[in-house]
Amino acid sequence: MAAEAKTHELIVSVSPHVRGKETVARIMWTVNLSLIPAVIMSIYYFGPLAAYVTGLCILTAVLSEHIYQKALNKENTIGDGSAFLTGLLLGLNLPPSVPFYIPLIGSFVAIIITKLLFGGLGYNVFNPALIGRAFLLISFPKLMTIWSEPTAQFVAMDAKTTATPLGILKEEGLVKLMEVFGDKSELYTSLLTGNTAGSLGETSVIALLIGAAILFYKRYITWHIPIPFLATVAVMGWAFGGESGWFTGDPVIHLLSGGLILGVFFMATDYVTCPTVRKGQIIFGIGCGAITMLIRLKGGFPEGVMFAILLMNCFAPLIDRQFKPVMFGVVKEKKEQEK
Amino acid sequence: MGKIATFERGIHPEYHKELTSNKPVTEAKLPQRIVIPLSQHIGAPCKAEVTIGDEVKKGQVVGVTTSFVSSPVHASISGKVIAVADFPNPSGKMVTSIVIESDGNDEAVTFNGNDKYMDLGPDDFRQLIKDAGIVGLGGAAFPTNVKLSPPKEKPIDTVIINGAECEPYLTADHRLMVERPSELVDGLKILMKTLGVSNGYIGIEENKPDAVEAVRSAVSGESNIEVYPLEIKYPQGAEKMLIKAIKGREVPSKGLPMDVGVVVQNAGTAIAVYEAVRYGKPLIERVVTITGKGIQEPKNMLVRIGTLMSDIIEQCGGLVDSAVKVISGGPMMGFAQWTLDVPVIKGTSGILVMTEDEYVASDEYSACIRCGSCIDICPMGLNPSMLSILSEKGFFEETREYNLFDCFECGSCAYVCPSKRPMVQFMRLAKSQIKP
Repeated sequence: MAAEAKTHELIVSVSPHVRGKETVARIMWTVNLSLIPAVIMSIYYFGPLAAYVTGLCILTAVLSEHIYQKALNKENTIGDGSAFLTGLLLGLNLPPSVPFYIPLIGSFVAIIITKLLFGGLGYNVFNPALIGRAFLLISFPKLMTIWSEPTAQFVAMDAKTTATPLGILKEEGLVKLMEVFGDKSELYTSLLTGNTAGSLGETSVIALLIGAAILFYKRYITWHIPIPFLATVAVMGWAFGGESGWFTGDPVIHLLSGGLILGVFFMATDYVTCPTVRKGQIIFGIGCGAITMLIRLKGGFPEGVMFAILLMNCFAPLIDRQFKPVMFGVVKEKKEQEK
Repeated sequence: MGKIATFERGIHPEYHKELTSNKPVTEAKLPQRIVIPLSQHIGAPCKAEVTIGDEVKKGQVVGVTTSFVSSPVHASISGKVIAVADFPNPSGKMVTSIVIESDGNDEAVTFNGNDKYMDLGPDDFRQLIKDAGIVGLGGAAFPTNVKLSPPKEKPIDTVIINGAECEPYLTADHRLMVERPSELVDGLKILMKTLGVSNGYIGIEENKPDAVEAVRSAVSGESNIEVYPLEIKYPQGAEKMLIKAIKGREVPSKGLPMDVGVVVQNAGTAIAVYEAVRYGKPLIERVVTITGKGIQEPKNMLVRIGTLMSDIIEQCGGLVDSAVKVISGGPMMGFAQWTLDVPVIKGTSGILVMTEDEYVASDEYSACIRCGSCIDICPMGLNPSMLSILSEKGFFEETREYNLFDCFECGSCAYVCPSKRPMVQFMRLAKSQIKP
């Protein structure tokens, strides 16, 4: 009887003995893929420079992680796609005409300081790409706010510099914005397609929504952060964004402009740095939206998405402590007690 | 009827039931030698009633106990006791067991049948069920007569037969429901009379339409028994999930089904109850699904308790060359075996053999990326992500705050985890370090 067993080395492990197909690498690479439309639009509007800046970010991010892990004799994780994603997101968050050292410094700060020194993927408190960008914005405020006009001609080298729609709105008001774009429908169209000045990947709302749709379809993101985030921005934009008193603002401008769509669907939803409990995510989304609008309307910067998400990142662990999932057998108990 | 009942959350693993779902139950060969562990159930282990050299008959009691939460064990063949010693058990532990060598005659003690059994009272039923050594055949092996003896302050109004069989691969209950539906219904009626309740339900996952149909026709005319098709979802067959699906009641945290007036029994158990009460037959055999890509001929077999797995596997054509893992039970909650010389016990619902290419390493995992997938699917509404992190870092006391002890280790969180974290292991580690 025992002879049968001897020919087979049996493996013993804890249940379950089957696993789902989802892996971290699969999720990360899918997010990378879902950003391809935005990359294409950035190259279309801002020329080869866009590919150069984004590529440099990705290259530095992946190399930084590789060298760090090699030097410290740690397991190599560049294959999981998260360093690639950080580089890609940072690239899409930079102005088109930055000098070569900006992507290098940004990716280094994002990967080494924000992610790896905190323990690697899963342990970082802040969104790495956003810290990279925040570091750059504070350290190189001039370079980080030179916005080129979208040319859509594949020759961006001599593109004129201009201001972003949010910049115009902040400094010169709605009237000037209308002057630049003609009328509202033209403004909306430009914002949707991405034919405005801004960071490489943030301008084309349509391209970003295609990517977001992929993430929703794959159920990698849910409505719990994006919708409250967008709703808060819309409500506050309408209530407080007007120049002729309360409830006269244009929520659509606020929804479509700046880094909002990129931030809402691709950065605020970053698993590691947002709350895990769905109820908490709603609070997180509302918080992000409120801080974004506070900065846009009252702060020193025309755009506030980045700082809003980073600030809310700090609160993610606290929110998680406060909101626990509804446990089986508990709701009923309470209801019965009330009777 | 026609409604599809279910619970919240849960997962959809690949079921692979087609390997055996259409294969009628066949009787396994009379084993040469059986190993009867003295503890096959939750509760106090039995004491051996026989010693080396004793001649025993099929159905003879070989181990008893006076504890309430316990269940006697019986010889499943006739022959001679050749050893009483510690032998490996499917749960991975060494358990004192009685080894009996067959005399080839398969001679049985007289079973006291009773064709007017429905005239008996609840206490007679309980005694017959206890004497027959019946325990929950779904896997947990809780003594059935204990479940049928709820304290006075817990009135029971419902009995549910669990025919969900939500573990992938397993089809033992499925075949029983298709082949012996009237015995199942008679078993349910005995259980209902024992508990004095008038509402009986049979919950069956929708992926067994032939079982639903067979059981439905067996209950036609019984106005107080209802057949519920259940959504195909794991862990639909967990007691608490099943009660939620069928009765909409939630067993309170740390509570038992009887707290909401329900007793759940597995489909196979109900048939064993019927056999015990009607024919006086003790629990000496059970249906086991032998399945997986690693076995030559997957089958459903009626196996004597105590038959060694190696024996059964041989009758299924043996293992394929690439077989690497043999699991007692199903893939979600079953136990991996280190040797095939372990007996089929009362709680063994399946023998699943997995091959190299299906094998998932549980030693390679990465940090939790806090994706929240486990929270979305945890049938108990826990935060497995946080529990696993706390356990991993040694913060065992803190796991109480996250209701560690409500986890029943269904493994759904480990199934969905993209970081492939050994979630169940983390839960067990924490549970072993603190008291409930």
